[in-house]
Amino acid sequence: MPELNLTSAPAHLRHGSNIGQPLTRRDGVLKVTGQATYAADNHPPGMLFAVIAAASIAHGRVTSLDVAAAKRHPGVVDVMTPDHKPPLAIDPEIKTNPFVFRMEALQSSEVRYANQPIAVVIAETLEAATEGAALLAPRYEAQPPLIGLDAGESFVPPVVGVGNPTENHRGDVEAGLVSAETQIDATYETPPQYHNAMEPHAVVAHWDGDKLSVDMPTQGLKLSLARIAELFGIAHDKIHIRSPFLGGGFGSKGLMGGPPVLGIMAAKLVGRPVKLVLRREQMYGPVGHRAPTRQRLRIGADGEGRLTALDHHARTVSSTFDDFYEPAADASHTLYAAPAIRTSHDAVRVNTGTPLFMRAPGEATGSIALESAIDEIAWTCGIDPLAFRLKNYAEVEPITGKPFSSKALRACYDQGAARFGWAKRPLQPRQMRDDAGLLVGWGMGTATFPALMFQAEARAAIRRDGSGVMEIGAHDMGQGAWTALAQIAADAVGLDIGRVAFKAGTSDLPDAGIAGGSAHTATAGAAIHSAGAAVIAKLADLATNDERSPLFGAGNAGVIARDGRLIRRDDESRGESYAEILARAGVAEVEARGTGAPNPAAMEEYAMHAHGAVFAEVKVDPELSQVRVTRMVGAFAAGRIVNPRMVQSQLFGGMIWGLSFALHEEAVTDRRSGRIMNANLGEYHVPVNADVPPLDVITVEEHDPHVNALGIKGVGEIGITGSAGAVANAVWHATGVRVRKFPIRMEELLV
Amino acid sequence: MKPFDYVRPATVSDAVAAAAQSGAVYLAAGTNLLDLMKGGVSRPDRLVDVTHLDGLDGIERLADGSLRIGALVSNADLAHDADFARSYPAVAEALLSGASAQLRNAATVGGNLLQRTRCAYFYDTASRCNKREAGSGCDARGGENRTHAVLGWSDSCIATHPSDFCVPLVALDAIVEIEGRGGRREIALDELHRLPGDTPERESVLEPGDLIVAVRLPPAAREFAPHARYLKVRERTSYAFAVVSAAAALRIENGKIAEARLALGGVAAKPWRARAAEDVLKGVAPTADAFQEAAWRALTDAKPSGDNAFKIELARRIVVRALTLAAAGTPARLSALPASPFASTSGAIHA
Repeated sequence: MPELNLTSAPAHLRHGSNIGQPLTRRDGVLKVTGQATYAADNHPPGMLFAVIAAASIAHGRVTSLDVAAAKRHPGVVDVMTPDHKPPLAIDPEIKTNPFVFRMEALQSSEVRYANQPIAVVIAETLEAATEGAALLAPRYEAQPPLIGLDAGESFVPPVVGVGNPTENHRGDVEAGLVSAETQIDATYETPPQYHNAMEPHAVVAHWDGDKLSVDMPTQGLKLSLARIAELFGIAHDKIHIRSPFLGGGFGSKGLMGGPPVLGIMAAKLVGRPVKLVLRREQMYGPVGHRAPTRQRLRIGADGEGRLTALDHHARTVSSTFDDFYEPAADASHTLYAAPAIRTSHDAVRVNTGTPLFMRAPGEATGSIALESAIDEIAWTCGIDPLAFRLKNYAEVEPITGKPFSSKALRACYDQGAARFGWAKRPLQPRQMRDDAGLLVGWGMGTATFPALMFQAEARAAIRRDGSGVMEIGAHDMGQGAWTALAQIAADAVGLDIGRVAFKAGTSDLPDAGIAGGSAHTATAGAAIHSAGAAVIAKLADLATNDERSPLFGAGNAGVIARDGRLIRRDDESRGESYAEILARAGVAEVEARGTGAPNPAAMEEYAMHAHGAVFAEVKVDPELSQVRVTRMVGAFAAGRIVNPRMVQSQLFGGMIWGLSFALHEEAVTDRRSGRIMNANLGEYHVPVNADVPPLDVITVEEHDPHVNALGIKGVGEIGITGSAGAVANAVWHATGVRVRKFPIRMEELLV
Repeated sequence: MKPFDYVRPATVSDAVAAAAQSGAVYLAAGTNLLDLMKGGVSRPDRLVDVTHLDGLDGIERLADGSLRIGALVSNADLAHDADFARSYPAVAEALLSGASAQLRNAATVGGNLLQRTRCAYFYDTASRCNKREAGSGCDARGGENRTHAVLGWSDSCIATHPSDFCVPLVALDAIVEIEGRGGRREIALDELHRLPGDTPERESVLEPGDLIVAVRLPPAAREFAPHARYLKVRERTSYAFAVVSAAAALRIENGKIAEARLALGGVAAKPWRARAAEDVLKGVAPTADAFQEAAWRALTDAKPSGDNAFKIELARRIVVRALTLAAAGTPARLSALPASPFASTSGAIHA
């Protein structure tokens, strides 16, 4: 795939000295000593504080704001409202491309959801701005809000997720159901969930004439830059975004939302740098969330426990003003070899902020329903859930019939089950107790996530002193990009990692694509790999064309780059260092660019997915119904593992999120007002340390020659899938009670 | 944040005088108050910081065998006082099941008693709440109320008191020492918190300026030490308020219950002493049937205030379990997961 390949040998010939090493985070010391500068840590001279006033109604109109009272408050400098704001170059309601979502930038007095920004108070101190926002005492003309999955007439959206067809089918599902020996027809519900990154959305904006500098956590530097440029009508090169560290993003910092735009507008309004940080409760609205779903699964199986049909329908919601549809039913496309599959979606509009990608969008919601349903049909057939999954193992992608580019799921099942001790599981539920009399249950789920690639570019250089440079506007959300991408960079230029200056996290660097879709390491890594190959090729040209070089005449394909030296492939004793080559040539530096992009031909031919198998043990108090996960094993096959330590951490995080999905997370919406009643980390429950058992992650060896040059599939999201279902299935196995509404609440288990 | 005066009086009587004016509130650790202020739920004009007052941070054994705990003793210091934990194990267990380690290090005994409800409608200033704004109405009725009160509630308010600490304290007849404008007085903890009735905004019997200076456990409270437990059902293993909780303490003589104490948490606007259930247990053998009977008595007057009927059944079950655990005897060591149904689970390494 790289245009400039150093040799005809496998592209990863040089890999191994850096890639594959379990390095600790290269930014770890900065983080634990407080020296890592997150957006809100910036305080340019003269900076003011901006605080958003948010709507307390979900639908209607703001009729008055007491701007005078806010302005009278000591320290308040200005109040930005729909009537008093700097102009934007384009209406934020206009969608200029599919990755632009409508936002509230005070363009009108209309209120479309609770917690929508309705004004911004700018003050000398955070306290003054906060009180100023309270003093605005908004009055509203409220209308009844649309709330919940039955809010109104449903419709079939044109697409779900990012351009996925709303409906898919292969084979005759109805005939498959009719011919089935056993069937299940079950409906599952998943709640609205919010990303709740530890770091709230924040922006420090500083205008200098028509130049703008922005400190802001973003998962997509270039997309954000383009959006700012079009909203403010300035050239791309007038904007500089710094986003060296994110305190988590999970999809909510991928695309430009309203709040950072308001911060940039505020800075323009007052002519001074402005910082705007969302309060925790303000993150429950304008910056995306995972939409609720109601999913109906109809599954048929023959007398042998082989699937005859799989029908998966998902109802979801979008906002009243924009479109994002959680592609939950698509989770049924890839895992189980049903001869007939149909997936479909419909939706209703509600008064909510627009839903958005949230870690494994579609896969997470769809997986917990699918894996629960597979467990139910296996039980109906009287077959062990793992045996049932193996019986219906998909040798080709069921919905398309394409072969997989690689698929080590069978090894995941085997290794995970062995580590967990699955073979001792009784088929019947409510059979196991521990010494203390607690019910014990074992459940499993299959994990899957597509191996995606976006487009990226990187710039590589070899300097006179023999050191390397790799530049790419990549994003470290906490997942370890500073480390893993630097490892790829080091191998790409044949140097030890300490000899490569790896630069990332700012918008002036080459476009790394978006850090999402579990595709960042693959995408940015492919660009880095390609740029490295290209710069080494240039260096090789200098040497092999120079009679004074021991490499003269070896040809581009005849040299290997290793440890800062080029050496002859046919005689490894002959070679010279990068520094020697550059010195003799009188060149200060050679540089080259490379790109990473999906390979359409391979995508046409192969289905590309990472896979995994998750096994969970829960304990449930038989009378009091409190649930606790006590053990989890996850075995994942995701192609090449660049840094096993970072990957393990990503998979831990995903598995914990799966546990959270099954047992804890839910944004509780008041059924009358549409306001979220638990918009804080005290009451929006995520697992605390005591909820998380020792986790066991196995990364199963998998070589994939098709996904990309490096064979990377990505691990950012797959950990949630499978895990949520495994925990839910374990609760059933412990109690005999099948709960189909998530999170599983104790009252459902009181029997 | 709304501007406010901040005063730091030197003596208790200065503090009482400073806090007696309208709009003044006491500040101790602020683990609840500061959150309320940031959210605009509480907007005081004056904070009277009592954290520097002398003599309020001691734990002392009195001549009559009672124990006096200063109002400024931190929850963590109290729970980890070895003599205290041995003498009043259910109280230590309750303390350690509350909040998080960081909060317990800060939160005080007096502040714990006076913490506000966690009703979401009380915190959401756009909702009607009779407790926050008298006479405005109660949006928790008909709202998201699966964790609300099942005992002692009224049409005006269905909020619960969230304290764990108060539940065993009220079971053990704790006494609250109060310094007020009229000097010092004391009341039973059971009389400190008011049920909502028509005036849910009045949460306690304290008058303006009243300062809790100590909590006292009477001599008899120690006699329950061999058979005293606190049990708490919650929606995650740690750092969550009780859905329901129970403190059970028994004095067992010759195989019979000489005296029983029982209180419930998370069910009402106050820690709920179940005296009728205690009466059932007096003089009988500690059997499952007796505990079932006690549980039914304890919840006789319970009724759902919304989508929370399950809490009544759950409360009955937790009463039976807490009594069963208490009868089995106080364990020599406190579990790593205090008050949790998973306390005895192996592999529990932290709370």
